[in-house]
Amino acid sequence: MMDHVAPLISVEGLSKHFGLPQTLAGVLAGKAAPRVHALTNVDLEVRRGETLGIVGESGCGKSTLARCLVGLHTPSAGHIRFEGKDIGALRPAERRAFNRRVQMIFQDPYSSLNPRMSVRQVLTEALSVHRMRPKADIPARITELLGLVRLPADAAERYPHEFSGGQRQRIGIARALAVEPEVLVADELVSALDVSVQAQVINLLLQLQERLQLTVVFVAHDLRLVRHISHRVAVMYLGKVVEISPVEALFAAPRHPYSKALLAAAPELDPARRTRVAAARGELPNPLDLPAGCLFNTRCPLAFERCFAERPQLSSRGPGHLAACHLAEFGMPAAEAVAAL
Amino acid sequence: MKPASDRGGDLKVWGLRTTFATSRGVAVAVDEVNLDVAPGEVVGLVGESGSGKSVTLRSIVRLIREPGKVSGHVEWQGRDLLTMPDDDLRKVRGAEIAMIFQEPMTALNPVLPVRLQIEENLQAHTTLDSRARRARALELMNIVGIPAAESRLDQYPHQFSGGMRQRVMIAIALASSPRLLLADEPTTALDVTIQDQILKLLLNLRDQFGMSVLFVTHDLGVVAATCDRMAVMYGGRIVETGTVAEVFAEPHHPYTRGLLGSVPRIGAERTILTSIEGAPPSLTALPAGCAFHPRCAFATDHCREARPSLEAFAPGREVACFHHREVAAMAEAA
Repeated sequence: MMDHVAPLISVEGLSKHFGLPQTLAGVLAGKAAPRVHALTNVDLEVRRGETLGIVGESGCGKSTLARCLVGLHTPSAGHIRFEGKDIGALRPAERRAFNRRVQMIFQDPYSSLNPRMSVRQVLTEALSVHRMRPKADIPARITELLGLVRLPADAAERYPHEFSGGQRQRIGIARALAVEPEVLVADELVSALDVSVQAQVINLLLQLQERLQLTVVFVAHDLRLVRHISHRVAVMYLGKVVEISPVEALFAAPRHPYSKALLAAAPELDPARRTRVAAARGELPNPLDLPAGCLFNTRCPLAFERCFAERPQLSSRGPGHLAACHLAEFGMPAAEAVAAL
Repeated sequence: MKPASDRGGDLKVWGLRTTFATSRGVAVAVDEVNLDVAPGEVVGLVGESGSGKSVTLRSIVRLIREPGKVSGHVEWQGRDLLTMPDDDLRKVRGAEIAMIFQEPMTALNPVLPVRLQIEENLQAHTTLDSRARRARALELMNIVGIPAAESRLDQYPHQFSGGMRQRVMIAIALASSPRLLLADEPTTALDVTIQDQILKLLLNLRDQFGMSVLFVTHDLGVVAATCDRMAVMYGGRIVETGTVAEVFAEPHHPYTRGLLGSVPRIGAERTILTSIEGAPPSLTALPAGCAFHPRCAFATDHCREARPSLEAFAPGREVACFHHREVAAMAEAA
C-alpha cells in the first residue's frame, strides 16, 4: 500500500447532520430546530486491499460514517468518491454496481436478518437482486458460500433463530459475500458476541480478506480488535477524525491527547501493568452544544488558549500519520508532552 | 462439601445450586459453586453469556425469583443468608451487602430525584436524622466524583450520562457503608474511558472503606485491571480459580486458556487467534461428563463420561480438569 496509489474510496469534507424536533422553548425563543452534528468535515481515504479501522466511543460518528460509505445516509455536505466518482452523482446502473461492490455487515445479526426467511432465501435474494448467477446455478453457489463462512451445508434450510449469535454473524457475512463485493464495511462486527466466538469470526474475516482480496473498513470500539486486524486506524471524537495513522505508529506513539487517553483506558490483559489513575477525565460534552475550538478541550489536560479559540485541523506527524492537535504542531516537545501524559 | 476456611473469608459460599424449571426441562444455571471473598478482597467471577456468573451473584443475596430455586450455603458473618428469615435478610441486603448492576437506568427509579434515592437507603439502613441524611447524600455524591453535586442532587436519572448514573448507583450502594459490594457487569454498558474511571473509583473506594468486592464480568481486561483473585465459570460451574496473576500467567483449564487466547495480543497483529470452536452450551442440555468437552482439544473418553470436580492443585489454585497438567505444560511450551 503506497501513498501514490489512487485511493479506492475517498471521503472529502464529509458532514452529516440530523435534525431534531423543534422544542416549544425553541419556537418561543425564535431559535432554529436543534441539530446533531454526527460528522463534521471528515476527510479520509480507503486504499484497495487494506483494512482501515475506525475507532471511537459512542457518539463519535463512526457508525454514521460507515453508513455514509455504503450510501445508506446521504451526506449533508461533502463528497464520497468511489474510484474517483462521487457516489451521490452516479447514474442508476452505476449506482446498482456500487451497491453490489460495497457491502455492509451489521452489528446485530438478530435484527439484520429477516426471521421469516431461511438462509437459502436470504442468499437467493442477494444473488438474484444483482443477477449474479443464472437461476440453475444458485443452489451450487449457496453451498459454496456456506462453505466459505464454514457453516454446514444443511444450514441453508434453517431459519435465523436456529443459529447461535456467531453463526448468525456468519450468515450476515455470507450474504455480503454473495454478490462478490470488493469492499466490506463491518460495523461492530463482533461486539454482540462472546469472546471465544469473536475470535472465530475475526479469524474468518482475516482468511476471507486474504482469499478474496477484500478491502475492509472495520468500525469498532474495541481497540484490541482494531489493532489486531487493521493496517491503518482512524480515531474519531465527536464527529471528527482526530488522528489517522498506520496502526504501528498510532499504538507506539499516539499524537493526539484523546488517542493517548483512549489507548490508556483500555484495560491491559496483564495484571502486572495495572494502573490506578484514570486515563481521561470528564465526559463527552453535550453533542447539541459542542465546545468552541478543539472538541476535546473540555477533557484535555494539555489544552491552552489556542485550543479554546481555534479548531485544529489534521496535519502531518510522520509518514501517513495525521493528527488534529495544536500542540503537536509545535513539533517534538509537544509530542513528548502527549507521550508523557 | 466444606468451605475452604484457611483464608478466613468474610463471605463463604459452598454447594450453591440454582435451577429454573422451564418448558424445555430444568435448567441448571449454577451448580456446585464454592467461593470465598476475604475482607478487602476484589474477586472476579468471569465467564461468557449463560455461564452462570450473574445468577451466582443474585443467588447469594436471594434475588432469584420463582420458578428459580436456590440451594446450598452462603455464610455471612456466621449466618446462612439462604435460610435466614426475610426480615433479617433485609437488614443485610442493601446494608452490609450492597449491589450495583450493569444498566443503572433500569436500576434507578426514573421518577425520583437522585437525592431521594440516596436518602432512601440512608433512612433504611442508618440512624441519621433528615438533616444529617441530606448532608451525607451530598458527601456521597462527592465521594463518587459527581461534579456540581449540590445542584445535581435534585436532578432525575435521565438527566445523567451513563457513567454518572453508575456513579449515582455506587453512591446509593455506599450509603449503608457496606462491607461487601456485589458488582454485576457495572461497566459493560459504558465507553472505555468512562469504564476506566469507574473501575478506578471502585478500587479507590475499596481502599478507602475496606470493603470487599465480588465482581462479575465477561471482560478479561477488566479482571486484569481490578481483581485480586478470579474464578472462571463455564456451564454453571467454576472451572478454575486462583490469583489473577497466576491464572493469567499459567491457565490450567483449557477453557481459561482458550479465553485468554481469544483476545488479540500485542505483537501478533493480523495472525489467526486461538479461538474456541463451537458455542457455549445450553443450560437445559449440558453435555454429559465435562461440560466443556465438545469444544476441548484435550478431551478424552474419560472427559465424555465423568465430570471433573474442582480440586486444589497448588496453594490457592483450583481447577476442574482431568488433563490440567498437560494444558499448563502446553501453554508453557507455546
